[in-house]
Amino acid sequence: MAAIFVYITHKNGEADDTAFELASAAKAIDAAAAPSAIVLGSSADVEQVASQVAPYYSEVITASHDALQYPNAEVQRKVLASLLPAKALLLLNHDSFSMDLAPGLSIVLDAAFASDVVAFEGIQDDTLQLARQEHGGAVSSRSTCSLENGAIISVRAGSFKAPEAGAQGAVVDKSADLGDLSSKRQFVEVIAAEVGDVDITKSEILVAVGRGIEEEDNLDLVHELATAMGADVACSRPVVDAKWLEKSRQVGTSGQTVSPKVYLALGISGSFQHIGGIKGSPFIVAVNKNKNAPIFQAADVGIVADILDFIPVLTEKINASK
Amino acid sequence: MNILVCVKRVPDSSENEIRLNREGNDIDTDDLVYAVNEWDNYAVEEAIQLVDKVGGSVTVVSIGTEENEEILRREMAMGAETGVLLSDPLFEEADGRKLAAILSAYISKNNFDLVLCGAQADEGGAQVGGMLAAMQDKPYAALVNMIEVLDDNKLKIGREIEGGSQEISEIELPCVLSIQTGINEPRYVSIRGIRKVASVEIPTLGAADIGFTDVPLRLNKLEYFQPELGEGAEMLEGSEEELADKLVELLQAKGGIK
Ligand SMILES: Cc1cc2nc3c(=O)[nH]c(=O)nc-3n(C[C@H](O)[C@H](O)[C@H](O)COP(=O)(O)OP(=O)(O)OC[C@H]3O[C@@H](n4cnc5c(N)ncnc54)[C@H](O)[C@@H]3O)c2cc1C
Ligand SMILES: Nc1ncnc2c1ncn2[C@@H]1O[C@H](COP(=O)(O)O)[C@@H](O)[C@H]1O
Repeated sequence: MAAIFVYITHKNGEADDTAFELASAAKAIDAAAAPSAIVLGSSADVEQVASQVAPYYSEVITASHDALQYPNAEVQRKVLASLLPAKALLLLNHDSFSMDLAPGLSIVLDAAFASDVVAFEGIQDDTLQLARQEHGGAVSSRSTCSLENGAIISVRAGSFKAPEAGAQGAVVDKSADLGDLSSKRQFVEVIAAEVGDVDITKSEILVAVGRGIEEEDNLDLVHELATAMGADVACSRPVVDAKWLEKSRQVGTSGQTVSPKVYLALGISGSFQHIGGIKGSPFIVAVNKNKNAPIFQAADVGIVADILDFIPVLTEKINASK
Repeated sequence: MNILVCVKRVPDSSENEIRLNREGNDIDTDDLVYAVNEWDNYAVEEAIQLVDKVGGSVTVVSIGTEENEEILRREMAMGAETGVLLSDPLFEEADGRKLAAILSAYISKNNFDLVLCGAQADEGGAQVGGMLAAMQDKPYAALVNMIEVLDDNKLKIGREIEGGSQEISEIELPCVLSIQTGINEPRYVSIRGIRKVASVEIPTLGAADIGFTDVPLRLNKLEYFQPELGEGAEMLEGSEEELADKLVELLQAKGGIK
């Protein structure tokens, strides 16, 4: 069995939740695994993060350099390609950074690649069986991944539970081994997301609308319902892409993280990028015309209905109840 | 600027429910309607807008069968000058790495300043663009939501990162970018527009034409399945009136009505 490495995602000196989850993911691949963590960044951050993750890994490999302060995938790919031994298995969190870094790394290392994996189902010889979701979570698929030449695998956040802390792994600093860090892509700056007229992260009641609303004009129905409930209007990504609502109302991994008391999802399929933005276990009600929509797995209460018919009826009943 | 956009033909999830067949081991393809991958449509629009600004041409390429001509024509009706179909029995079973290798072989035979892919397609792989860039030894950026041409050798780009923030970088040409939805508003394609390109010839190239030699699959799909689901939501039943009554009661109890 190949040695397993975990790429540690961190920000402002704090390891991401997935830094711990991936230690469990490694054990799910091979119960006997003693995974190593890899922490790259500026020296102050790296030291702090290495000590946070050390109790979960047999070894923490660190490398720090000014050029690694902001995670530029073009630079980090070079570093990882030189740090990883032949045929290594590398796990990372499936996010905007792994999408930038990992597919190319698999080519540079001539390793297999699997993205957004949600479960590992056992190894036979040099073949790992794994499960993924496709078509926005509507169906799941099972694949085998060859480990013969090593593999790069990104794992969906929340698929594994962080393990208990164990003995401190040794920290090994490889900063001196960093080779050429030049790149044809230069990081300039990060521009923070725009602030809108309402801050949905503070809302107690959210009425969230998705592509199921079909047309911009139909949004009036949603606004009327929200007014009746005393709720704020939020949405899924396609509604923002179509410029029907502003970006600050988008819930999800590339939008806002919300934690209302009640979340009413209308015509939203329930992709993990959307659900990933709902925290704090609110009471979730989903209305969707497809009884198999993944949103019904995340919701507490589900209604199969056409929202264009159902919303006006609901609004009227709420107004009548007051 | 000569731009190549890679486009995939996928089941249109806004037109169909994607579900399993009766055996429960594969996608039920009986009534599926196909369309161009949502992300690729934004990539084509971006390419057209870039060429409108700085000149050049847009080529769209797809790996698949004759059936892919329809999506190529749709993108040509948007304004892509040339459509190319890569088709060969050898291409039929492919993982992301093999698809990237096929596209890479085609690109090596041509001269493109910029290659655009979608950030991801129906299977959620989000891989072909990044693999292609590495095979071509060109710089890459994923989830691009802004492109500005600085000069003949350089672009300023924005990448969408977590929380909706935007990471700004400069990247040298030639390069490969994967495009995120929302970067632009893809133009509407009229029936008349499609009719205009209906008879334009779309060259079909096979493995030998592009100098592609087969690569072994590293990821093999065994089957589709329905995972064991958790409890899921409590489903309310009844007429619309009854459903609304029940929901009002629940919302009141949970503090969902102020
Ligand atoms: C890197 C990345 C980041 C992303 N970040 C986010 C994010 O932050 N937030 C986000 O939301 N998405 C995000 N996405 C997109 C995400 O993958 C999905 O594409 C998106 O969430 C789908 O939105 P939706 O559910 O509204 O649309 P769809 O998936 O198209 O679902 C529409 C639903 O409406 C139902 N419907 C249709 N008509 C009706 C009707 N008349 N009545 C009732 N129901 C109806 C359908 O059955 C379907 O379930 C991201 C994607 C990527 C690649
Ligand atoms: N069969 C194909 N033909 C052309 N381009 C493809 C094909 N499959 C994937 N791509 C490109 O790769 C992108 C990402 O797809 P994927 O890596 O499969 O999620 C797509 O948006 C397309 O730009």
